Order: sequence, then C-alpha cells, then structure tokens
Amino acid sequence: MFKITDKSIIGADEMILNMGPQHPSTHGVLRLKIITDGEIVSHIEPIIGYLHRCFEKHCENLSYEQIVPFTDRCDYLASMHMGHAYSIAVEKLLDVQLPERVEYIRVIVAELQRIASHLIAVGAFGLDVGAITPFTWTLRDRERILDLFEQLSGARLLYNYIWPGGVAHDLPSNFIKNTEEFLNYFEPQIVEYNNLLTTNKIFIERAADVGIIPADVGINFGVSGPSLRASGVDYDLRKTEPYSIYDKFDFDVPVGRGEMGSVGDCWDRYWVRVKEMEESIKILRQALKSIPDGDVHEAIPKKIRPNKGEVYSRYESARGDVGFYLRSDGKNIPTRVKMRSPAYCNLSVLNEVSSGWMISDVITILGSLDIVLGEIDR
Amino acid sequence: MNSKFLQDKYKDKIKILDNGSVLINSDNWEEISELIKKNNFDYLMSVTSYDLQIDDMLGLAYNFYSTTSRTYLEVRIEFNKETEIQSVANIWQTANWHEREAFDLMGVLFKNHPDLKRILLPEDWEGHPLRKDYKEPEFYNGMPMPKDKSYWE
Repeated sequence: MFKITDKSIIGADEMILNMGPQHPSTHGVLRLKIITDGEIVSHIEPIIGYLHRCFEKHCENLSYEQIVPFTDRCDYLASMHMGHAYSIAVEKLLDVQLPERVEYIRVIVAELQRIASHLIAVGAFGLDVGAITPFTWTLRDRERILDLFEQLSGARLLYNYIWPGGVAHDLPSNFIKNTEEFLNYFEPQIVEYNNLLTTNKIFIERAADVGIIPADVGINFGVSGPSLRASGVDYDLRKTEPYSIYDKFDFDVPVGRGEMGSVGDCWDRYWVRVKEMEESIKILRQALKSIPDGDVHEAIPKKIRPNKGEVYSRYESARGDVGFYLRSDGKNIPTRVKMRSPAYCNLSVLNEVSSGWMISDVITILGSLDIVLGEIDR
Repeated sequence: MNSKFLQDKYKDKIKILDNGSVLINSDNWEEISELIKKNNFDYLMSVTSYDLQIDDMLGLAYNFYSTTSRTYLEVRIEFNKETEIQSVANIWQTANWHEREAFDLMGVLFKNHPDLKRILLPEDWEGHPLRKDYKEPEFYNGMPMPKDKSYWE
C-alpha cells in the first residue's frame, strides 16, 4: 500500500521474477517477467502468445458465416459480444437492414452477457486480493444467466447465436418471463455484493489508491471499456456512437470519481463494473418491455458476398472497444480480418502503472484490468 | 470532413478514398503523424496490416479517434514490403504492441521502434504467416509438422 518513487533509497540488486504462464492470478496463460528490487517492481514485461490459435489466418480460409464460431472462442467470457461485434462489421460491409426484433434480441443477450462477464470480473478481482466468498456468490448468479443462454442457444459458454443478418433462433416462449424473474432476483444481490466486498475495509485498503491510470496515459495506451471509464473518461460507444438500437434506451455511463481514493485506481475500476451491471439491468427492463414481434431470420442473407471494400466497425464489449477490420475483394471469403482486442491494449498499460508498486499490488492491478487471454492472443 | 486539415496541407500528395479514409505516401508519414496528433486525434484504436497481393506491396491502416471532438479518421499507407515505415510508438503507445504484431504476422518493418520483436508467435518462428505467399514450414525445431490433416479437415 505504499509506492516507492525515490529509487535511490534501496540499494539491493535487481532480480528477475517469472510469474506464469501457469499461475492462478494471471487469469490464463500469461507470463510476466518482473524485474524487482526486493519487493518493489521496477519493470514488467508481459509475454503473450501462449494461447495463439491463428484466428486471423483461419479467417482467410473461411467464408463469412463460418467465422462466427471462431469469434466466440476469442473472448470466451463474453462470446455474445464477439459474435455481435463481428456481425455488425459484416452487416456494415453488406449494408443490411435488420428487423426490429433482431436488434432487441441482440441488445437483450448482449446486456445479459455484460452482467455475466462483469460478475466474473468482480468476483475474480475479489479472489485475487484474497476474498474467496464473493467469487462463489457471483458464480452462483452467473449460472442463472448461463441457464437462460442454454435455453436460448443450447450452449452455456460458446453460443454461435448472433449471425450476420439475424440471430440463430427466436426467443423460447418463456424466455422473457424467466429473464424478468432473474432481474428481480439479481437486483437485490448487487446490494449484497456491496455489503460483502465493495465497502469491506480490507478490500478498500488493498484496492484504493493502487495502480492509478491517469486519463491521458489511458488514452495514449488505447485502454478502453470500464478500465478507461474508471479514469474519469466518459467514453462508451453505446452512448458516444450508438450502434444497434442503444439510442432508444435511457441509461447512464458510470465513470470513476475516486470515491475511496484517487480517480482511476483499482477500486474505481471495480466500482465502475458494479455500476455498469445496474445500468445493464435498466436497459434490459426497457428492452423486455418493448420488444416487438417479427421474423428473426428474414434478413439473413442466403450467401454473403460483399462488394470490394473495407470496413472498420467498433463495438463496446464487456472489456472495452472491440474493432473488426474487414477487407473484401468480392469473394465469399474475406482477404483480411483483423480484430482489435480491447484486453490486448489494456494489458499493454500494465508496465506503465505497476512500476514502483509491490508484487502483491501487481496482482491487484492485473485483476482490476480484467483481461481474457483468449482475446489477447487470438 | 475529418481529413480536411490533411487535404489543406498536402493537397495532391494524398488521396481520399471512397469511404473517407486517406491514402498517403510512406515518406510523409513521420510529418503527417505529428500533424494528426496535433489535430487532437489522441486515441489510436487499431493498426491493421494487409497484403495487397500485387507487386509485393503491403499496406497499413491506422484508425484514429478523437476523444475531444469525437471524430474518426482512417489513414492508410501502401508500400513495397522492403520499405521501412516510421514507427509512431513514441506518439501513441498503442502502436507499440500493434506494430510488433504487424511485424510478427505480416513482416512489416518499422524504424525507430523501441522494441521490435515477435509478440504472438515464438521468437524462433520463421516467416510471417499472414503474407499470402506464406508456406508452412516442414519442420519446427526439428519436429516435423503434420501434413495429413484428414483427421480435422
């Protein structure tokens, strides 16, 4: 909980500490080469690529429809978001108009997915700093969302549900009722998390004032999503550049205010995620109330063969700003698919914010960034 | 028009493409990148490398965003694959890892990059897989690479 800025006061020799690739606190196969002076970190080099599955190379040999399941496997904690982001990019390239019902279904599943992903982020962050119970509680509630998705698509983790031009299936008959029941159950749970973890003295001591990302550093490194909003930057694509039908809903964008310490510390990044779950509930309630009838398959193209051209589309996933850069040369196979993954940029800021902190604080900072290695390595 | 400041200064040296992105020459990139930063494009979202498949040409697409004026700009450079491109990692730190990725997978060479090495592939990997003329190696570290793909294809 204290940061050494004057390096001259410790004269011990530096040593290299290797953390990972197999380490419970690196959230996957991430290796950190940490140069330390005693307990104080002076430099971190993240070494990535252990989960590289050649996503972009595979895409060059697959037709546009076949890529959808591959995008699911990039960010496996928010598969719906990846499918949605990719579908929006393809639709932009094809210039398709979607039925209203499809847009509503997509917003509903995307917001449920955001809650599920943030539940893991919040719980795992607590686990990283030593609070074990909240993790079991958040997993218990996430399970109910996975049950809803199982009804919807048959899968619990990798859904292959949102397709370019539509969605795979219409909602099951009792889906809206079940989702409303879940929201009624879940809303009071957030108060419980706050009582258990958010306002816990030990947790605040570990997280507040640690690993501050100033707004300009965050922007310079391309940090996005809750991690950037915690630094006080009001940048949420759902509000600033509304895609799909987000402009129809009334919701706020929570930003970090430094309530327990300074703006942009680990506690703020945690708190923004908790607040975002509340906002997602707001959006869900509005969407469930006004969902129209319609055919969800009507706009799915028989054959995806876009004209020659390029498109860059952006999407606000649970981790931040997902970008898909597609290049088409008029065939049914894209010539280049590039995925701008948010966690990749969020991780690159780690060295900048953690030097001067202790090794145990690096775990806190890494946990608060909420990285998913599947998406970083692609 | 978001690219007006570039058009005013460079006129025919740059080309505006159909979707509003700007195609520039690799010689001017150092100057232009500083000008873009001065015009409040503080957020570099993505650097995409692509293979043009004609005359050994490669391309880079830079997608910028301005958090103050909330505008968007895409700048593209197309160049011969031997050309060294000026790194912009000292202006936008995002470019550091994205340029390493472009070097790793596409073989784009950058000059003045702080730490240009492979990022996603192992350091002893040969070749740049996203090039269209890439051939899969027969051996990696003495281990034969399986050619029979019938079990998964």
